[in-house]
Amino acid sequence: MLEFNASTVAFVVMTLFILGGALGVVTTRNLIHATLYLILSLFGVAGYFVLLSAPFLAAVQVLVYIGAIAILIVFAVMLTRSMTRMSEILNGQWLLSAIVGAGLFLLLVIGVILPTWGNGGLLDATVSAPSQVVIDTVDLGKALVDRNGFVLPFEVASLLLTAAMIGAIVIARDDTE
Amino acid sequence: MIPLWMYLVVAAGLFCIGTYGVLARRNAVAVLMGVELMLNAVNINLVGFWRYMNPLETNGQVFAAFIFVVAAAEAAIGLAIIISIYRNRRSVVVDDVDLLKW
Repeated sequence: MLEFNASTVAFVVMTLFILGGALGVVTTRNLIHATLYLILSLFGVAGYFVLLSAPFLAAVQVLVYIGAIAILIVFAVMLTRSMTRMSEILNGQWLLSAIVGAGLFLLLVIGVILPTWGNGGLLDATVSAPSQVVIDTVDLGKALVDRNGFVLPFEVASLLLTAAMIGAIVIARDDTE
Repeated sequence: MIPLWMYLVVAAGLFCIGTYGVLARRNAVAVLMGVELMLNAVNINLVGFWRYMNPLETNGQVFAAFIFVVAAAEAAIGLAIIISIYRNRRSVVVDDVDLLKW
């Protein structure tokens, strides 16, 4: 059985943040509120990264997702202000979409639960206790610039970001002037 | 510690809520928010599997970092396209933008 300690409490709170925020994103009429729910959900994911002992990714999650992407979305919502509160927020295929989402969830949960069913019970935390030794941020940084590691994908990612930035400027620029 | 399957179930729920948002919302910005939720669900899975299966390798964290990069690029390009469409057609409803529909 799960023991009652700080990390369990944090897990439950972050789960509420993630799923509650996500439900808020897809159901709220006002898009500014939907963006705030999105920030709540992203913050919950950052908490998950801390629980999974990946503090660098948690920091990047807060900086990139909440600091950059969410603010960018707020800008887009405000620049398209007449569309912020539509009377009809769902399109004609919402019922089908809900069925697809629920069916996909059912399939995924079956796929997750089935392999662990029967060997010691699902709530037995000792069954899947991982090793306590974990790489830290220094190892991650070294792997990113290591010749035998990820230096080529790293450079390609930089190129992708540059291309995306130039592309965004070109697409969003007003050509009439 | 929290067993791995709990993280996976939450990630599955987040992914499916995001899918519903992408498929059902009319506003293009809301569709993009759904895509962000789906990317985050994938990131939870990557980091969770890294922590429980292979915590001495860097692969899992590096993959998650690349998801961040792709998500940032996708958000910038997506929002630029949405703003451009809004400027030209005065609408961000996905059903109105059917220029490429044959």
